[in-house]
Amino acid sequence: MSVALDDRPTNASGHGRLLVLALTWLAPAIVAAAFLWLIGDVVLRGIGGVDWNFIVDVPRNAGRAGGIAPIIVSTFLVILVCVAVAVPLSLFAALFLAEFSRASVPMSRIIRLSLNCLAAVPSIVFGIFGNALFCVALGMGYSILSGGLTLACMVLPILIRTMENAIRAVPEDYRLGAAALGLSKSQVIIRVILPLSIPGLLVGLLLGVGRALAETAALVFTSGYVDRMPSSLLDSGRTLSIHILDLSMNVAGGDKNAYASVLVLGVLILVINSGIAALLFFSKRRSGLTS
Amino acid sequence: MNAGSRSFGRFSVMGFLAVFVLSVLSTGVSATERLMVTGSSSVAPIALEIAKRFEATRPDVQIEIQTGGSARGIHDARKGLADIGMVSRRLEPSEGDLTGHTIALDAVTMITHAKNPILGLDRSQIIDIYTDKIDDWSQIEDFKGPIVVVNKADGRSTLEVFLKYTQLKSNGIKSDIIIGDNEQAIKTVSTNPLAIAYVSVGASTYHIENGLPLRMVAVDGVVPNAKSLAEGNLPMIRELNFVTAGMPEGLTAEFIAFATSPSVADILDAFYVLPPAE
Amino acid sequence: MYYPPRSKDWLAHKLLLFSSRSAAAVSASVLVLAIAVVTLESLPAIRDIGLWRMLSDESWHPSSDSFGLAPMLLGTVLVTVLAIVIAAPLAVVSAVFRQFYAPRALGGIYRRLIELLAGIPSVVFGLWGLTVLVPLISRIEPPGASLLAASLVLALMILPTIELISATALADVPHHHYLAARALGLSREQAVWKVVMPSAVSGICAGTILGVARAAGETMAVMMVAGNVVQFPDSVFAPVRTLSANIALEVAYAVDLHRASLFASGLIMIIMTLFAFCCAEAIAHSRKSYRVGRA
Repeated sequence: MSVALDDRPTNASGHGRLLVLALTWLAPAIVAAAFLWLIGDVVLRGIGGVDWNFIVDVPRNAGRAGGIAPIIVSTFLVILVCVAVAVPLSLFAALFLAEFSRASVPMSRIIRLSLNCLAAVPSIVFGIFGNALFCVALGMGYSILSGGLTLACMVLPILIRTMENAIRAVPEDYRLGAAALGLSKSQVIIRVILPLSIPGLLVGLLLGVGRALAETAALVFTSGYVDRMPSSLLDSGRTLSIHILDLSMNVAGGDKNAYASVLVLGVLILVINSGIAALLFFSKRRSGLTS
Repeated sequence: MNAGSRSFGRFSVMGFLAVFVLSVLSTGVSATERLMVTGSSSVAPIALEIAKRFEATRPDVQIEIQTGGSARGIHDARKGLADIGMVSRRLEPSEGDLTGHTIALDAVTMITHAKNPILGLDRSQIIDIYTDKIDDWSQIEDFKGPIVVVNKADGRSTLEVFLKYTQLKSNGIKSDIIIGDNEQAIKTVSTNPLAIAYVSVGASTYHIENGLPLRMVAVDGVVPNAKSLAEGNLPMIRELNFVTAGMPEGLTAEFIAFATSPSVADILDAFYVLPPAE
Repeated sequence: MYYPPRSKDWLAHKLLLFSSRSAAAVSASVLVLAIAVVTLESLPAIRDIGLWRMLSDESWHPSSDSFGLAPMLLGTVLVTVLAIVIAAPLAVVSAVFRQFYAPRALGGIYRRLIELLAGIPSVVFGLWGLTVLVPLISRIEPPGASLLAASLVLALMILPTIELISATALADVPHHHYLAARALGLSREQAVWKVVMPSAVSGICAGTILGVARAAGETMAVMMVAGNVVQFPDSVFAPVRTLSANIALEVAYAVDLHRASLFASGLIMIIMTLFAFCCAEAIAHSRKSYRVGRA
């Protein structure tokens, strides 16, 4: 650790202790200052560019002017594909892990290990994987579909983990009580466990959506760069993150709209995070009442 | 309601979703005829404008343009991944399996920030700058500061044109920043008074007219402008090509014919490139 | 549990069991599929260039048949190490501050701030780095886009991860250890750093390794500010290219052997991150008494 330790007896409150105390307050101050700088910059530079027109207009002059309507639509579609594929898969996989297998069984350990490893794979690797598999081998080209499927692979681990936790969080009493009333296991799951874990499942869903919103590297080579309004899922579509990347890297004079897009993206992420916080608060209160 | 029908309800929801996704897909596939064009980022903006005009005459057609460099253009046209590849150099003898259709001639030039007083460089100075023999602007002009050499990543044809002109090897260049697209070079130089880069005359003229603080440097005494471009005096000239695997047919042939016809002359003008010599 | 096969319930049960089993199997096989696809795509490079040449070739010029990844491996390592050196102390001390020093309200606000930061997309850090940090560094020593810029941006990005996991690790040490230490007359600093910290250190290490993995794999933010010159940097102001940035910069343009060698470097990244992941797991499990890493 970077902080000097004070070896002297406690009653000798010398300079060393003061130094440790000072550093302990300094470090968070530096962190807070850096982050306030970043957030302040984003808000100050972006706020002037965001108005209603910016949301509903199409990008003009390579994104220097105009708005981001097609980009918002593409972002939404990519996330829709991702969610439509990943959520059912994750829900059933989580059910398997939480209800149909014991943690010690080799099968469930292998699945868990595989998912944990998948969570550690860098997103650019998902990008080239998706490019090779969906865009080239399966012939989907640069498209919203390719991008959404790549994202689905990427968010699986986090979705399954949170959904499994949500299902496990249902108190054992409910399972036993329902079983005692003569419900079969599938009935217990469908009528008792799933309804009770809905807030937790939604948290998983929102975490996945948040992750997808923030992603760039996995999408650049799968959903592509085209900033037109997509007319089908096989069209290439540029998401907000990619739009920010392109404006800041490739468009001279694009910084203003890049920051404005960051602000829009930030608001979306804030909405999602508040949703998560609200759900957690709600479910905590409920479990507090029932336990 | 019992468990069975509930779970079937769940399945029917998923079934509905699947049908929804499929129907969105199929409407997209059947409604329009599409043309895939990939490759050089120098050709792409011109191709995009030509495509927009072509689409205006043919509402049932959608032309999709993806940049990925000349190497990608060659590769995709050859493998059938794209109907047309965009290549911003002359086809090489080893590429005889492809048919080239020159849509324009473009020149590459050196650019600096407008604050930089350098007006002209000759070939040996450019070589020295790109090999770090000259590493400060004060060695050339009354302007202090280390030179920030902007270079392009492997596989870009602008780099190939530049290497051909300087007779340098790509591993002999000592650069400070490596960029991908032309646009990135322009952005980098317009925000850094110490930087120098090579980009197409078309792209730089466009941005200078739109008020970016850039200057095209005279190379070997030739000032890049419409006149020197038209006279073919500029040292780094290249072809902008559409390439196809074999002779083009159908929609592909129509689009190429449109792109090489006089009806796009004003677009070429707008991008400061020349129509190909007859 | 066993349920008598009553027709409808029995069918529902079988259906549920079947779909959850297959969903689990499909999810688990995504990793295998990803590794298989990336390996398959990199086979031409492994066959025609060979791993040895990828490590020993002097530099990276695929068009001149030179495929050395060494400068970029070093670039990745340097950027990551520097980022960790900057972020880890700040994060750990911040966690200590939040757990043991901060007034309740301030600690809560600070936690919110850190969580907010954990949610910021990497491209935003990149944009900020490119428009604010790089011009600042350029004033000290051009060109600005450099090892230092990349490390600073990365440090900001991984700080929340390390801070949150460290705080969890500290909170998981039973509070009566701290109280007992104070009761024995130790100062707050001694109680924190000599009694609580040794118990939390494995969790903090696991968090730091997760930070390392995130830093080594981060692409866009680094590509935007690192300058991307393939070289062994001679100072922190020199531009570098990381493995991930190399892939992002070239994969759209690469064909044939060039493309295959980029996939091979992707494969190397997978192996590196799986290794880091195993290390984190091993450290986390070495002290089973404390739960670590809720992430």
